[in-house]
Amino acid sequence: MRVPLSWLDELVELDASPADPARVAELAATFADLGLVPEAVEAVPGALEGVVVARVEAISPIEGADRIRAVVVDAGSGPVEVVCGAWNFAEGDVVALATVGTTLPGSTEPLRRRKMRGATSSGMLCSAAELGFSTDGAGILLLDPATPVGAPLGELPGLGPDVVFDLEIQANRPDCLSVVGVARDLAARVGARLRPPAAVADPTPWLGEREGAPSARPGPDGAAPAPGDVRVMGAIASVGIEAGAPCGRLDGLVLEGIRVGTSAPVVARRLSLAGMRPRNSVVDASNYVMLETGQPTHPYDLDRLGAPGLVARRARPDERLVTLDGVERLLEETDCVIADASGAAVGIAGVMGGESSEIVAETSRVLVEAAWFEPLPIAQTARRLGLRTEASARFEKGCDPEGASGALARIAELLGASRPGEESAVVGEGPPGMPAVRERLSAVSVLPAPPSVAVRVQRVNELLGTALEPDAIAQLLEPMGFGVGHEAPERLVVEVPSWRPDCAREIDIVEEVARQYGYGRIVARPRRSPGVGARTPLQVLRWQVRRLLAGLGADEAWTATLLAPGAHLAVGVEGSGLAVANPMVAEEVELRSSLLPGLLGALARNVTRQEDALRLFEIGRVFRRQDGPWPAESEFAALLLAWPGDDARAAVQAWRTLEGGLRLQPVLFEASAVDGLHPGRSARLRDQAGCLVGVVGELDPAHVAEAGLVAGRRIGWLAVDLAALLAAPKKPESVVVPSRFPTAEFDLAFVVDDETPAAVVEERLRGAAGALLVHIALFDVFRGPSLGEGRRSLAWRLRVAAPDRTLGEEDLAQLRSRCVAAAEAGGLATLRS
Amino acid sequence: MTGSGSGHEVRGEPTPEAVLGPLEAAALAAIRGARSSDELAAAAADALGRRSTLAEEQRRLAGRPPAARPIWGRALQEVRARLEGAVAAATALLEEAERQRRLAADRLDLTEVLPAPTAGHLHVVTQTLQVLEDVFLGMGFAIAEGPEVEDDWHNFTALNTPPGHPARDAQDSFYLDVEPAGSMLLRTQTSPVQIRLMESSPLPIYAVVPGRVYRRDTADASHLPSFHQLEGLVVDRGIGFPDLAGTIETFTTAYFGPGVRSRLRPGFFPFTEPSAEFDITCTVCGGEGCRTCRGVGWLEMGGCGLVDPAVFELVGIDPEIWSGFAFGFGLDRLAAMRWGIPDVRLLMENDVRFLAQF
Repeated sequence: MRVPLSWLDELVELDASPADPARVAELAATFADLGLVPEAVEAVPGALEGVVVARVEAISPIEGADRIRAVVVDAGSGPVEVVCGAWNFAEGDVVALATVGTTLPGSTEPLRRRKMRGATSSGMLCSAAELGFSTDGAGILLLDPATPVGAPLGELPGLGPDVVFDLEIQANRPDCLSVVGVARDLAARVGARLRPPAAVADPTPWLGEREGAPSARPGPDGAAPAPGDVRVMGAIASVGIEAGAPCGRLDGLVLEGIRVGTSAPVVARRLSLAGMRPRNSVVDASNYVMLETGQPTHPYDLDRLGAPGLVARRARPDERLVTLDGVERLLEETDCVIADASGAAVGIAGVMGGESSEIVAETSRVLVEAAWFEPLPIAQTARRLGLRTEASARFEKGCDPEGASGALARIAELLGASRPGEESAVVGEGPPGMPAVRERLSAVSVLPAPPSVAVRVQRVNELLGTALEPDAIAQLLEPMGFGVGHEAPERLVVEVPSWRPDCAREIDIVEEVARQYGYGRIVARPRRSPGVGARTPLQVLRWQVRRLLAGLGADEAWTATLLAPGAHLAVGVEGSGLAVANPMVAEEVELRSSLLPGLLGALARNVTRQEDALRLFEIGRVFRRQDGPWPAESEFAALLLAWPGDDARAAVQAWRTLEGGLRLQPVLFEASAVDGLHPGRSARLRDQAGCLVGVVGELDPAHVAEAGLVAGRRIGWLAVDLAALLAAPKKPESVVVPSRFPTAEFDLAFVVDDETPAAVVEERLRGAAGALLVHIALFDVFRGPSLGEGRRSLAWRLRVAAPDRTLGEEDLAQLRSRCVAAAEAGGLATLRS
Repeated sequence: MTGSGSGHEVRGEPTPEAVLGPLEAAALAAIRGARSSDELAAAAADALGRRSTLAEEQRRLAGRPPAARPIWGRALQEVRARLEGAVAAATALLEEAERQRRLAADRLDLTEVLPAPTAGHLHVVTQTLQVLEDVFLGMGFAIAEGPEVEDDWHNFTALNTPPGHPARDAQDSFYLDVEPAGSMLLRTQTSPVQIRLMESSPLPIYAVVPGRVYRRDTADASHLPSFHQLEGLVVDRGIGFPDLAGTIETFTTAYFGPGVRSRLRPGFFPFTEPSAEFDITCTVCGGEGCRTCRGVGWLEMGGCGLVDPAVFELVGIDPEIWSGFAFGFGLDRLAAMRWGIPDVRLLMENDVRFLAQF
């Protein structure tokens, strides 16, 4: 919400000059403390120096010129002659004169005295557009005839230098989507009085008492009202609400004798400062009042309606409407429309009016609609149509159900329809040709009733840590329009004003008290948990894994959860089968089932940046569709190894590091084809209980090449399921006391078929060595013609020691033959001589 | 040769001094002059070996007159001892020089070492999280977690944000293509874990919830469609706004240092009331006002508030007995702020030249 200081100053006595930065900063801080946070504070220069108010004294033709005229104006210091090409003014009109030397907006050159066809032009009569007030450049700007001639334009109220506070209004504060609402909060905080415009404070003089009468008569379309319909017939027009329409109020105001023109400069300027484009006096008045009071209204050309009157109803099946922006909208039955009395839709309720009854230059009779709609249907319609307007933004958050009268009266006032005290101008008795209110109509179905809320003083003070007396609470609430009654000594009854849909419960009132009291004044109190802060075992494990993987030289990556369709298949893994229904972009659709596509993509991107020697790891969630709406969600740690020389071996070594670091019982390598991995260089990792812990190996060469990497490049891969790691059996928390007796060492080499895993032979050796084994390591793998095709030699070094004695020659010989016998059993291996 | 100063002088016999003096001087010169262990070994053999003059004199001792024998004997012993001492000293000197030579030859320029594989780097967001987790663990909080795919109930409805609530607009969600449509989504906030905690944990609750969240936002320099939040929840007896303010103050000071202050200002969240936004003094200018803080001296950190009684009622906690507060903020933004990361998209680009800086 963009709020000009000058506008605010009109509604609250602030005594703040835009030229006083300290005062402006103070106001900005106050707004922030009220929760109306300024996102920006903009200083705006005033209307131009050198532009003065002038009265047209004489207009005369210039010989030989039919598009320009010579005009003599009085600018307060004698006659000035100018040449003007506009025709929208007459002698006696008050206009804006840019004197010689003035530089107008959008120009870099100062105005100079010029001779045109023998006439001298000592200045220029300006349009609203030339002054930067609006986009209207059709004719020159006509000022209020009462404006003092000779006054600098910049010194007129509302046209001077200004400051615009761009306030962020929270979703629960529709009342502050208005200058009056903002002013009300501010006034309450600074202890100043709120001065709403007279017509808003008391609409009666502008509206009169006649409101039309509820009627059961058939409407002009001949249809009798259905049960639950509300219809109010006036002499000129009618308003109604059909049963089932999400509309609580539909008020109308008939104005006649309207001359559509350019708005007063202050109106145009304030609309511009607030971020809206000035259009014409009628539309501008409607927008101005919306910005001022928060009540959106819509003006219809009464003579362009199919029949004079408005009805709020649900849209019909397949109903279409061309909105003001010239777009044809297909409506749905959940939408609410405003129809004219003939039944034709003339606007989308609360969102945008229709083109057919738009105010045009010739409009003279206007029917202004001011309504209250249920927020949710308006929000749904606006969202579905992608049509968020200033009106829908207000209706969908909840407008004041009592806001219509003030807004209509204010529009009448702005259009000069009638003034307080001018009896003759009220309701249909104005002089002919003058704007006049002819009829006021009001249809009401069901409106939300502002609640009264019981508030316990003790509860307020408990929650806020304050010691406020009941009267102090009342003094905080009442300036914002809340009524406060004392029900019992410690119990207040708070009457919520109609414009505060956010306040319905005690806690809502507590918040209001806190807000006006000032959050900054509430004294902080340190609070510690009575418990002990500790990570869960999974959280401890996750940090261990992270540290171990980083210790292996891998940098931690963060890749996208949402992948392009086919991204999984491209690396040979099955997708999650789970997609988002409303993706933002086509590349981010499917939930990942594996960290492989993301990490391989990250590697490929680094390779294109000449960074091709790297190790990356990621810990993140992966998903898989299963029966029912909930997917299977699990957390994986994955390591991609792409240093020069990295391959499946490096991946196994990395696994060994994890296994040791996490004190896992040795896992079993189940050699098998794993999706996405080299079928001959991959294994599933199973813990002692047979549960799958992860996979290890080397990426399938096909996908490595597809990812844009050098063909033949080997990439190691390790992926583990954190929950499975956590559940996998750990080594017991006990120690083996190292033997104090000498350790002996011997080597054994066996010839083994390629199909026989080294781990199987090693396991036999472990078993045979038993408790004497200190350490066993495979230290050599050899293939050669001497061994024959499909066979290799595997050599282990065993270190052994007994806890209670030195192992002698005989012990060692026995141990050695036990190991050989175990390895050779069943012909699995043959001792290499 | 004329002896002098000795009462035991025997005419015609040379004194030991006269014989041994020059001998010793020559031997000492040879020993001390040795420039290598070989030279020293030769000099030592010449001076003390079986064929040395000293050994000859030793053998001649028996032929000396009996009266002179003790004098000669003592003199010979003394000379031998001095020469042996000289050899030992020269040996030590030579060995030390030798050691110095070997060390000098063994010199290594430690800056010419070839790079070896280094440890990898934890992601900056992870590191930020670790620091904050430790702060809250120190305050006695538990760390809780929840699923990234949530149902509408936990993500919105139970957080007092029923369908159609305007607050849902601000968090445009990624819904999943499962039945019933619109029932499941990638969580837009870590707050659903608040609900899970209140549904399942014994009271009181003191917990923080880190996690990844998703919003249908276009990525730009300050937004990512997925990012990380840290949420906090406290539910206990007698919790009020001062406890919230105190907790925010404690952890912001612990994370940013004692020079940084925090403030609360009114805000709106459907699941807290009173709601607040919390700011910290600008970490760049210290509150003076600069470009980073757009001249206001404060940086927006996150949202917080007292748990709305409606939320308590939705999860079956009696708001007349229990009260609580919640807070949440973005980790990525915090990391970006602290490290001066100009564009948060760098966080997800996984360029190793970026990752390796942390």
